[in-house]
Amino acid sequence: MSESSSNRDIQVLLNGIWKENPVFVQVLGMCPTLAVTNSVRNAIAMGVSTVFVLVMSSMLVAMVRKIVPKQVRIATYILIISTFVTIVDYVIKAVSIPVYKALGPFIALIVVNCIILGRAEAFASKNTVYRSVLDAIGMGIGFCIALVCLGGVRELLGNGSFLGVPLFGPYYEPWVIFLLPSGGFFTLGAWLLAFSLIKERKARRAAQEQEQSV
Amino acid sequence: MSESSVQAGALPKAPSGVSMIVVMTSVATVCGLLIVTAFQATKGAIEHNVATITQESVLEILPGAARQIPFGVDAAGAVVREPAADADVSRIYAGYDESGALLGIAIEGRGQGWNELKILYAYSPDRQCIFGFKVLECRETPGVGDKITTQEDFLANFKELDATLDPATQSPVHPIVTVKHGTKKDKWEIDAISGATISSKAIGRILQESTTRLLPAITGHLDEIRKAGAA
Repeated sequence: MSESSSNRDIQVLLNGIWKENPVFVQVLGMCPTLAVTNSVRNAIAMGVSTVFVLVMSSMLVAMVRKIVPKQVRIATYILIISTFVTIVDYVIKAVSIPVYKALGPFIALIVVNCIILGRAEAFASKNTVYRSVLDAIGMGIGFCIALVCLGGVRELLGNGSFLGVPLFGPYYEPWVIFLLPSGGFFTLGAWLLAFSLIKERKARRAAQEQEQSV
Repeated sequence: MSESSVQAGALPKAPSGVSMIVVMTSVATVCGLLIVTAFQATKGAIEHNVATITQESVLEILPGAARQIPFGVDAAGAVVREPAADADVSRIYAGYDESGALLGIAIEGRGQGWNELKILYAYSPDRQCIFGFKVLECRETPGVGDKITTQEDFLANFKELDATLDPATQSPVHPIVTVKHGTKKDKWEIDAISGATISSKAIGRILQESTTRLLPAITGHLDEIRKAGAA
């Protein structure tokens, strides 16, 4: 493999984590992002389940991309995605019933998470299996980071704990609103603001550098 | 497809219906195999987890119970002790205190709300009433239908819900029924949650069906169930 192509592979992997982060940049998959991030544990469980579905379905979609007629491609993708969601459903139930109950119907709703269908249609259906898996891992990690960012802030402020470990001592009065749906919107808004501030500053610096070099 | 676009060659030739069917069928077959494999692989662990949760829930809704013995009631109304895991029976769990006296019976009920519901309720043969209730499995809409699992006013319905059997006919004197929020008058009525009527009604239906079918069988075999605790 040549130097440039392996560089490009790393780029594919990193895209999803930073430049094209599915939550903070593409603003996709808002339903699980807002619904199950009231604790870090739930955020991690949802993130890991989504990564599994994303990687496996991207792999399978890329494998069959040349034999699936265009007319039935969406139906085929949904079939593949829902298969892995069903498998995740069984596995979570086998691992821990409390987590299964906490995620509730949102496990089944991974099927309609637009990040997964979006990557199948936009990337996996046009690229090799290897690169599709890299892309899925990148996007999945990006999604996980976003969920943990949200879940961390919400659990910290709303419950005074992180991963169930109390941090602020017994005199902390929890901000319950952060555990409620409205708190999800506040937190997401704050993170989006932070992300666009960083991006803007970066863009401005790049423009300045260009000016100086001219 | 219009004739002009075919002539212009703008659209590629559509694949035949057969190839679409073949591709979708083979993908579906592979997916089916994957699901069955996952189901078989996780079956044991899931059953184990469900059994543990059920056991904890039984002791939780029968306060003071020191131990419990599972029984099964089959379609004909016969009661068997410790039924096999795959037996086609309705499951009940008799709870006993330290001295072996029967405290109450936890009964499993299933039914359909918006999705499948599985509940556990505590029945006292002495008081002929339901005195405890817990939802075991619920996939109702979060924030709406799932209030049946948490809302205190709704759960208060089950602190003493009348389920008296008519001694002559062995059927409930007053079948349990869900009524509109705020209109509960009698001890056998369940006050629905306003805004979650379908799920509340589903609970009423499950209890009505379950009490009508199982309580006569339990009453008929009560001595047997009591004796099991003493042994």
